[in-house]
Amino acid sequence: MTTALTCTNIHVDFDGFKAVNGVDLTLDRGEVHFLIGPNGAGKTTLVDAVTGLAKYSGSVVKDGVELRGKKVHHIARRGIGRTFQTATVFEQLTVAQNLDIAAGAGRSPWSLLRRRTVLPDNVVAVLEQIGLAGQAQTPAGILAHGQKQWLEIGMLLVGDADVLLLDEPIAGMGHEERDTTGRLLHEIAETRAVAVVEHDMDFMRAFASRVTVLHAGAVLASGSVDEVSNDPRVQEVYLGASHEQEAIDAATA
Amino acid sequence: MSRFFATRAGVWSGFGAAALVLFGAAPLLLSGFRLGLLAQFLCYAIVAVGIGLAWGRGGMLTLGQGVFFGMGAYLMAMHMKMADAEFRNGHGAVPDFMELAGIRELPAYWVPFASPVFTIAMILVLPTGFAVLLGFAVFKRRVKGAYFAILSQALAGAFAILLIGQQSMGGFNGLSRFRYFFGYNLDDAVNQQMLYFIAAGVLLVVVAVALQLRRSRYGELLVAVRDAEERVRFLGYDAANIKVVAYAAAALFAAVAGAIFVPVVGIISPASIGIVPSIMFILGVAIGGRASLVGPVVGALAVAWAQTALSEQFPSAWTYAQGLLFIVVIALLPGGIASVAALTKRFQAKSATVEAAA
Repeated sequence: MTTALTCTNIHVDFDGFKAVNGVDLTLDRGEVHFLIGPNGAGKTTLVDAVTGLAKYSGSVVKDGVELRGKKVHHIARRGIGRTFQTATVFEQLTVAQNLDIAAGAGRSPWSLLRRRTVLPDNVVAVLEQIGLAGQAQTPAGILAHGQKQWLEIGMLLVGDADVLLLDEPIAGMGHEERDTTGRLLHEIAETRAVAVVEHDMDFMRAFASRVTVLHAGAVLASGSVDEVSNDPRVQEVYLGASHEQEAIDAATA
Repeated sequence: MSRFFATRAGVWSGFGAAALVLFGAAPLLLSGFRLGLLAQFLCYAIVAVGIGLAWGRGGMLTLGQGVFFGMGAYLMAMHMKMADAEFRNGHGAVPDFMELAGIRELPAYWVPFASPVFTIAMILVLPTGFAVLLGFAVFKRRVKGAYFAILSQALAGAFAILLIGQQSMGGFNGLSRFRYFFGYNLDDAVNQQMLYFIAAGVLLVVVAVALQLRRSRYGELLVAVRDAEERVRFLGYDAANIKVVAYAAAALFAAVAGAIFVPVVGIISPASIGIVPSIMFILGVAIGGRASLVGPVVGALAVAWAQTALSEQFPSAWTYAQGLLFIVVIALLPGGIASVAALTKRFQAKSATVEAAA
């Protein structure tokens, strides 16, 4: 198990509002690392910072290379892939075309100007892995919601990302799809570092190798599922709040 | 039908049919005057192919193609004026319009345009190079959507105003009264027909280039950038580079069209390259169907033909017809004429399922 990504003392400041306030985070290969926390805790902002979308102070190092100040597409080429809360695929293009584009960031201009004759091997393999081999020629726009999210993950895999930052990858999925996704994440994480921003506590308990809880832009706790759920501070700000909410729901029901 | 045209045989037969019409039927059936008009319309169609690529496939609303069209046209016109003056008064002579404006000395930047090779090289390089520089400046800063459209339109306006102020470029009246096109007398009907054939040939080449760009991996990437630019960036591509290529190709097409337009029509002035002509280019593409390959060509030809036909019959009606046409297409047929086939297919499928259910 090797460290893939190290974030040190990350601060993100939106006109005086400290969205992320001194976060340290380490992502290891072989782990599915969950980032949880209430709304506004800074989870997505942290992902934005690492991928070059939000300006920050501090340091993000991947395999010995500092990423701060690099452009979005340069960071992506360093093997850092991300998905978005709403699945973003190229709806007018087929599943195969989506994956082919994702696999081709290093292509020469000359090969870009020619037609694709056969699908690259890694695209075929990933089509199988994400369970969309039968839909290779389907326009991505008419895929089911869950399938779009799998396609998005597949696009990171063919692009050789080895740090995957997934923003709510199971939003809107049914039970079976969630389990499939969870198993897929562990399969992917065998050789890569996977971070998952998630609200779903059941999914987190079932599939997290490690959990980091963010609150108000800072790390509240970090550790295994059990360590984190037994942390009284976490129960207070996060799980406690939801228990209270459940109590209120039960009372009003 | 559309599936047939996606095959290799379909593509070749499509080009074959177009060549048959352009090189066979049209010269046989049309008078010299009408053929000249068609040559002019073909120039608009060449511009339209580029707009279809940049706007339809790349999502860049290029409201200022008049700039590149104008650059190509003026570069060609400069050479033709130089050649005419040289023929009349010998090497280094001042073109006639400059004499009238009281300019006795040939401006230095006119001198190299005596060379046909230099002129053609400039037509191919200068507008395209300008588009590349402008494209990098704009797309690297992620200027897009309406901001890009306004910027490009303002550029077309500014370019026209700049030319109006330049007496050594013909000012408001532009450059006209050409006698020779690379040594061929423009009064000769045979040479006029040759110009038409050049325009038709260039159109076919430009469509073939656009087709290759669309079907290549680059073409898929361009659509991806149009629909989700940010996503493309997070996959490791520099989206600006991808857009610049399509924008530059559109500029090149427009410049070549402008260069052919000048000998065909016999005049180029700021009125042919400013904001209004630039919008006319867009109008044809929108009506034809911006995202399809042939749609922009059909739209550009249809709009230009309708304008000429209507203005001949009812001189003031065209403006109203143009507005009406635009409203109808935007409201009822956002995919343009090219989407009619797909719409009828969908309609038939729908009525078929209704019948099956009943």
